[in-house]
Amino acid sequence: MTRPLARRSTRDISPRAKLLAYLVLGFWSLVVLFPLYWLVVTSFKVPIQVFDGPKYIPWGDFKPTLDNWRYIFGPLRNDTLRPYENSVIVTAFSSTFALLLGSSAAYGLARFHYQPKLGTIGLVFGCFVLGAGAVLLGVPLPVAVAAAIAAFLLLAKLLIGRFRRTISNRDIAFWIISQRILPPVAVVIPIYVFFQNLHLLDTRTALVITYTAANLPIVVWLMRDYFNTIPLELDQAAAIDGAGRFRVFRTIMLPLSVPGLVAVFLLVFVFAWNEYLLALFLTSANAQTMPITVAAQNATRGPQWWYMSVLIMIMIAPVIALAIALERRISRGLLVGAVKA
Amino acid sequence: MTTEATSANRAAKPPGFRSRIETWVGGQSERLVSAAFIWPAVLLVLSISVFPLFVALYLGFSDVELVRGGFDIHWIGLDNFRALFSGEDKSEFLGVSGSLTPLGWLVIVAGLGLFAWGLVKAARGGVALVGLVFRALAVVFGAMLLWQVVHTLLAHGGRPGTVVTTLVFVCTGVALQFGLGLGLAYLVTLGLPGQRFFRVVFLLPMTITPVGVAYLFSMLMDTDKGPLQPLFRAVGLGNWSWANSAWGARIAVIVGDTWQWTPFMFIVLLAALEGQDPEPIEAAVVDGANRWRVLRDITMPAIFPIALTVILLRLIEAFKVIDLPNVLTSGGPGTATESMTLQAYIQWRSLDIGMSAATANCLMILVTVIAVVYVNLLRRRAVADA
Repeated sequence: MTRPLARRSTRDISPRAKLLAYLVLGFWSLVVLFPLYWLVVTSFKVPIQVFDGPKYIPWGDFKPTLDNWRYIFGPLRNDTLRPYENSVIVTAFSSTFALLLGSSAAYGLARFHYQPKLGTIGLVFGCFVLGAGAVLLGVPLPVAVAAAIAAFLLLAKLLIGRFRRTISNRDIAFWIISQRILPPVAVVIPIYVFFQNLHLLDTRTALVITYTAANLPIVVWLMRDYFNTIPLELDQAAAIDGAGRFRVFRTIMLPLSVPGLVAVFLLVFVFAWNEYLLALFLTSANAQTMPITVAAQNATRGPQWWYMSVLIMIMIAPVIALAIALERRISRGLLVGAVKA
Repeated sequence: MTTEATSANRAAKPPGFRSRIETWVGGQSERLVSAAFIWPAVLLVLSISVFPLFVALYLGFSDVELVRGGFDIHWIGLDNFRALFSGEDKSEFLGVSGSLTPLGWLVIVAGLGLFAWGLVKAARGGVALVGLVFRALAVVFGAMLLWQVVHTLLAHGGRPGTVVTTLVFVCTGVALQFGLGLGLAYLVTLGLPGQRFFRVVFLLPMTITPVGVAYLFSMLMDTDKGPLQPLFRAVGLGNWSWANSAWGARIAVIVGDTWQWTPFMFIVLLAALEGQDPEPIEAAVVDGANRWRVLRDITMPAIFPIALTVILLRLIEAFKVIDLPNVLTSGGPGTATESMTLQAYIQWRSLDIGMSAATANCLMILVTVIAVVYVNLLRRRAVADA
């Protein structure tokens, strides 16, 4: 669809406009690439070459050295590798979980009709708040949970029949997506207390759970629209052949939506990899992730640009590699969501 | 034996009983299956964002003290909010108001006029009463924000607080990113040779950690040792330090944010431009429309809904900014680049937990109101029109 348009456009452009377009594109490429070039160059400098004013060209202006890299991977090895390992594990697990939970919820929202009664929702919510209040007031967690469940079951029997108003799939989807509006700083303190009570502060588990929840709305939003573009007949044909819902989801829907999944995975991966605020609150030493380590450099050692450049480079390398490899899929996957929702 | 018994049983029942049972069982299991798809996600969202939100709302009205093995929480009513809006934290949160400059008066009058005009237009256009009340509330909120922005930015002796600073970051940043992203996306769709290279390169900044971006830009914008030193010298800023100037620091944050997030706008708008139907464009070209007219009358309306969506997305994310100002300027000089999230974090770090929750609540209300107004007044209509 885009081909004929593109060809026509090239033919129509006057040489002067073409030159102008290249100038602008070239300028922005420079704006994007120069900081990255400077990062690479700085990582091969010794301090004196940084403080003596700008030196641009290795071997021309200054003699590059591997000292910084040796230092980061030598004496500082443990300080670097541990956060790196944390980042890799937390990002990989949370992205995978977000993708799994999010796409199954998205499939549900695209294919089933949910009609939860408003009364049930209010009840679940009320019991949740009661249980939580009890925990805050010092009731042990298991007791509070048990009491909340008991209250729910008791009241459900009594009350549910009275409230018949229901909400639709659209409302549920909107509710999940709207969680993204919530600024993380608004919820991080209770999350901190929550994990403190579970003795999970400063662990990877806490970060994985939090990041999964934080990224879930994006997955649901984009994948729901992706599933909506897949024809319903495929589900029905499989159902007639005797496949259950889970099999349809696993063997038909997921394989068909690989392009969307890849785009969403990359997006979620980048968000989790670069996340700063939640990690700042929820980790201290053990589960510290790379963004925190990099940010802390300034505080502990002053602006040592040469070491910092090495750290930033090893931190951004995997994401840049992923982005270059998957560039085409990202824009397409993002578009499906952006058009519809 | 049993089979015989059941078949005998079945024969005795009215026809269709078994199929009715099957339908019922099938219906129940269908309900269970459909619930199994959505419940894990709903539970997670409930426990990690909805429930903490309510606790955080409560904490905003409390005084929280650290004690051995946990927290001691007292309800203190509106005290935290009073401190933010009229008490000791006012100058940090809302800023210091000054006497208006002529430009400030002009902006206030123009803004209020615009709001009034919108209200009158809506009333004349037959908007229902609920809609009018909603709009009036939005206008009051907008007027209050405008008042605060003008009195701290366009006034003698005024100094913006974190609310206004955040708004400045969000508005200028998102506007710049949208303009640049749209322009670049348009140029790339012209089909010039080498566009694949530009597509990949323009995407890169988005993938880089904001913390890394902050360090990159503090390196680059060092007027003495940075790579742009000759440039700074040429314009006479060789000994100037942006970190010591309020606007210099703010511009540094905005530049870094724009560098990082223009790619997001670029990539979505690029996909939108490429996905549009080529036929109307071809028809217009045949009719003799020039490139500019095609862009203005066909392309822009076609991508308008997507443009509004992507602006909304960036708007929401931009309000959460903390990493860039925290690492690049630590919120300084003074509180010149302190965003609301950063203020909440600083309060948390100084163990002022109730205040931190109150600041976070204010941020949440601000974002929610702006997002709701945006969705209802702009986007919904545009999407419906398209």
